[in-house]
Amino acid sequence: METVIRIENLFAGYGRTPIIENISFDVFKGEIFIIIGGSGCGKSTLLKHMIGLLPPISGNVLIQGENLSLAEGNDRNRILQKIGVAFQSGALFGSMTVLENVMLPLREFTELPDAMMEDIAWLKLKLVGLEKSGFLMPAELSGGMKKRAALARAMALDPSIIFLDEPSAGLDPVTSAALDNLVKDLASSLGITFVIVTHELASIDAIADRIIMLEKSVKGIIATGTPEQLKNNTDNPFVYNFFNRKIDKGGK
Amino acid sequence: MKQLTVSRKDQDTIISLTGRLDAKRAARLLQETSQIIAKTHTPNLILDLEAVDYMDTAGAAFLCFIEGESRKKGRQNFSIVHLKPGYSTLLNMAKEIRQADFSAQKPKALSFIENQGKKLLDTLSEAKEFITYAGEITFALFQSLLHPGKIRWADTFLVAERAGVDALPIVALVSFIVGLVMAFQAAIPMRMFGAELYVANLIGISMVRELGPLMTAIILAGRSASAFAAEIGTMRINEEIDALTVMGLDPVKFLIVPRVIAATFITPLLTIFSNLVGMLGGALVITSMGYPFISYYDQIASFVSWGDFTGGIVKCFVFGILIAAAGCIRGYQTESGPSAVGVSTTRAVVTGIILIAVFDGIFSIVYYSLGI
Repeated sequence: METVIRIENLFAGYGRTPIIENISFDVFKGEIFIIIGGSGCGKSTLLKHMIGLLPPISGNVLIQGENLSLAEGNDRNRILQKIGVAFQSGALFGSMTVLENVMLPLREFTELPDAMMEDIAWLKLKLVGLEKSGFLMPAELSGGMKKRAALARAMALDPSIIFLDEPSAGLDPVTSAALDNLVKDLASSLGITFVIVTHELASIDAIADRIIMLEKSVKGIIATGTPEQLKNNTDNPFVYNFFNRKIDKGGK
Repeated sequence: MKQLTVSRKDQDTIISLTGRLDAKRAARLLQETSQIIAKTHTPNLILDLEAVDYMDTAGAAFLCFIEGESRKKGRQNFSIVHLKPGYSTLLNMAKEIRQADFSAQKPKALSFIENQGKKLLDTLSEAKEFITYAGEITFALFQSLLHPGKIRWADTFLVAERAGVDALPIVALVSFIVGLVMAFQAAIPMRMFGAELYVANLIGISMVRELGPLMTAIILAGRSASAFAAEIGTMRINEEIDALTVMGLDPVKFLIVPRVIAATFITPLLTIFSNLVGMLGGALVITSMGYPFISYYDQIASFVSWGDFTGGIVKCFVFGILIAAAGCIRGYQTESGPSAVGVSTTRAVVTGIILIAVFDGIFSIVYYSLGI
């Protein structure tokens, strides 16, 4: 299997204080890779390091073999164009229509004619089921639509890897399931690799190929595997309780 | 590596593409392909994708775009051959997009008349909202004055400290410089008549009646009205105001009344401070011209009456209410969106300054009529 992301001995955190210590893992091409863990375990911190928003305290983040942690200037921008990120709130630009939001990366990073950029943007919106909402402003969208629009914008440059931060948070089960299906379809039809931070168990069950679970007390990964493997992991009570929604009697 | 090769066979022109078909490659291929289409005159155009090993949505859009260009040239027969099966769905989707007419979804642009009408309606509706809030604040203020125990005094003093005490340095700086500059400018023509000392009369009367209250009010509009609008606007976006409402607490009494009371009392106090510092600025100029400070003081004390001073201070109470009300109401009107708080803040300052200017004009007319 082709490795598209490699995390090597990463110490991640804010400033010099590590929240995650010495973790290493690979993400393979075309898989839906989930990062889970309890509150405060460093999921979002890890994601921020993987997308280059935070510099590692030490260690490396390699995107398709290129070291994002060391890259600067144009090299860094070139690596970042290989990834797309959809933030938890959508982070759509409020002064632009949905279509303009999706067209923005195309305008900035390609030299395609306007008509073609528009076609590509409409195609992305169709892929996420928003082909009737292109002329709406972000403020006019519902929560689920915002997340789908953010996904369309993340896909604008056809990145091979897409990062999603809590895609199901705040969505009703039907919308959440529709978003899961969309992610699955995009992964299978376009071969996109998805790295998703979530703790929605239903969503994990539906889409995950592989999972890593982070834990605050060990400042790192406590379990890796498929949803089935983690659900039946009786060796580690924390993992078992998390996946089976059980409360630890010891109060943990 | 060659991006494309062209071959001709009987009635066919075959363009063979190689490698990746993504956004960057499509942009490079576009011009070359369009030129080939324009130059060739065979009835059939074939795009051969046998050597294309990757195609994304930009690549699919590129193929559809080329098909469109070809049809524009009047060529009826266009075909794509050797497309890898995995890409056919993407290409079909791109074709659908190309054929779809999205312009129907575009909101209809308003005509000039409709636009002006909409602006007028918006302005009227906003004015109505402003008046309603102003009424609510007035009512809440009267109620609070009848029951002073219910006023949130701790908040009121905190706001008074932030808007008043913390504003002392900026008020002092601006007032001192204005007093100083005014004295210098006035001293030049006065010197021609040997009447430099009468600059004191000018500084005294203009600071006490007009400049002190006006400058203080404008500084407060820029500093505190904007802060009130930003605070209340952020609370609106974070649903804190909704939380107050469902708890049965009146947001006007809870948030706005303490700010209005604080601003109403600190504006006159800051104005007195501004008057003194402005006159000190003038004193510096006069003493530097060789006149003793006591002469400057006597000149002001004999010329500026208590009526002038009271007239200036009465204005300040009204300015204080206007500044706080403008800031709070604009904050209360904050809508959603990332620029909403910024918009409210700007509107608070603009509204505050306009109201100060208008009411200052009204006071001037009233004082003139009353002979103050």
